[in-house]
Amino acid sequence: MVEFTLPKNSKLQKGKTFKAAADAKNIRVFEVYRWNPNDGENPRVDSFEIDLDQCGPMVLDAILKIKNEIDSSLAFRRSCREGVCGSCSMNINGKNTLACTKAISDYTGNIKIFPLPHMSVIKDLVADMTHFYAQYASIKPWIDTQTPPPADSERLQSKEDRAKLDGLYECVLCACCSTSCPSYWWNSERYLGPAVLLQAYRWLVDSRDESTGERLDALEDPFKLYRCHTIMNCTDTCPKGLNPAKAIAETKKLLLQRQ
Amino acid sequence: MTSNNSRPLSPHLQVYKLPLTGIISITHRITGVALCCGLLLLGAMLVSVASGELAYAAMQTWLHTLWVQLIFWANILALNFHICHGIRHLIWDAGLSFDKYTLERYALYELSATMFLTTLCLFIL
Repeated sequence: MVEFTLPKNSKLQKGKTFKAAADAKNIRVFEVYRWNPNDGENPRVDSFEIDLDQCGPMVLDAILKIKNEIDSSLAFRRSCREGVCGSCSMNINGKNTLACTKAISDYTGNIKIFPLPHMSVIKDLVADMTHFYAQYASIKPWIDTQTPPPADSERLQSKEDRAKLDGLYECVLCACCSTSCPSYWWNSERYLGPAVLLQAYRWLVDSRDESTGERLDALEDPFKLYRCHTIMNCTDTCPKGLNPAKAIAETKKLLLQRQ
Repeated sequence: MTSNNSRPLSPHLQVYKLPLTGIISITHRITGVALCCGLLLLGAMLVSVASGELAYAAMQTWLHTLWVQLIFWANILALNFHICHGIRHLIWDAGLSFDKYTLERYALYELSATMFLTTLCLFIL
C-alpha cells in the first residue's frame, strides 16, 4: 500500500558522532543508519569521521574500517568484495548499489549509507530478504523439461541461443533494483519486482527450458508482472549494469505475441 | 527466527534520489490526475456554450481572470507533457529505447518537446 511517510517506530533520530584522530588530514564523514533490535530505541544515523589516508578505496573498505576500529557493533552483510555475491547491497547517497564495487572517490562530501529502501530491518544495514527470496523461488528458477535428456550428452545450446542469456545470467540477486522500485515499495506483497522478473525472463528465453507456456501463465497477472510502470529506477540503479526494465518489457511482448 | 513486528521499515522516499526518468514517471501520473480535474473546466465551458449567449459571455469574462488563465495554461502544459511521455511509453512497449545511457537523453527530448508544443500553443491560441 502507498504510504509516503515512515511508520512511527521507523522515524530517524540523531545519532552519535565518532571523531577521527586529531592528526588525520584527509577526513570524510560517513553517516550510517543504525538500529539495534535490543535497545527499544528508534533508528538513528551515526556519523563516523574516517581518515581516507588510512582506508581502502571502496565504500565497503570504509564500512569494514568502522567495524574493525571504531564500532564493532555495526552489522552489515558482505562476502566476496568484488561484486559477484551481491551481499553488500545498500543505499549509498540516495542510490542502491554494492558497497564493494563503489569507490569512495565517486562521491564528494558526506557519504550517507542506509539499508535497502522500504525493507524490514533486522539490524543496522541488514534487511530481511526472506520475502524477496521466496518470490525468487516462486518463479521456479531452474531448468524445467518435458522431454527425456539425450542418452549420451548434455542438453546442448547453440552459441546464438546462449547469447540470449547475456545480460541476464549476470544478475547476483542483490535486490538493488527491486528495492529502488516505487511499485515494489507499495505492492511488494503481490508484485514480483524487477530482480525476480529479470530472472523469470532468463528462464523464458533459455532454449533448453521446455515450460515457457507455464511460466508465462504464471506471470500473466495484474500484479505479479503488470505493476511495472516503466519508472526505470531498476535499470538506473543496477550495480551490474543489467536492464531489468527491458527484460520486463520483453516478457510483456512474449505475452502479447502468444495471444 | 521469530518474526519481530517492532522492526523498523528502512527509509525509502526519504532517502532515495529519483533519477530524471523516475521524476518524469511520477509527474506523468500527477498530470494525469490533474488533467481529469481540468476536464471539469472544459465541461463547464461546453455547458456555457450550450446555455446561450449570456452564460457564454459570463464564462468568457471568468476565463479571462488571471488565476483561471493560469489554470488553463497549466492544463495545456500538463496535457503536452502527458502526451509526450505517453508516446515514450508506446516506444517502451515496443521494447525499444531501454539503454541505460540513453534514458536521460530521451527524458530531456521529452521535456524539450513539451516546452516546444506549449510555446506553439501560446502562439496559436
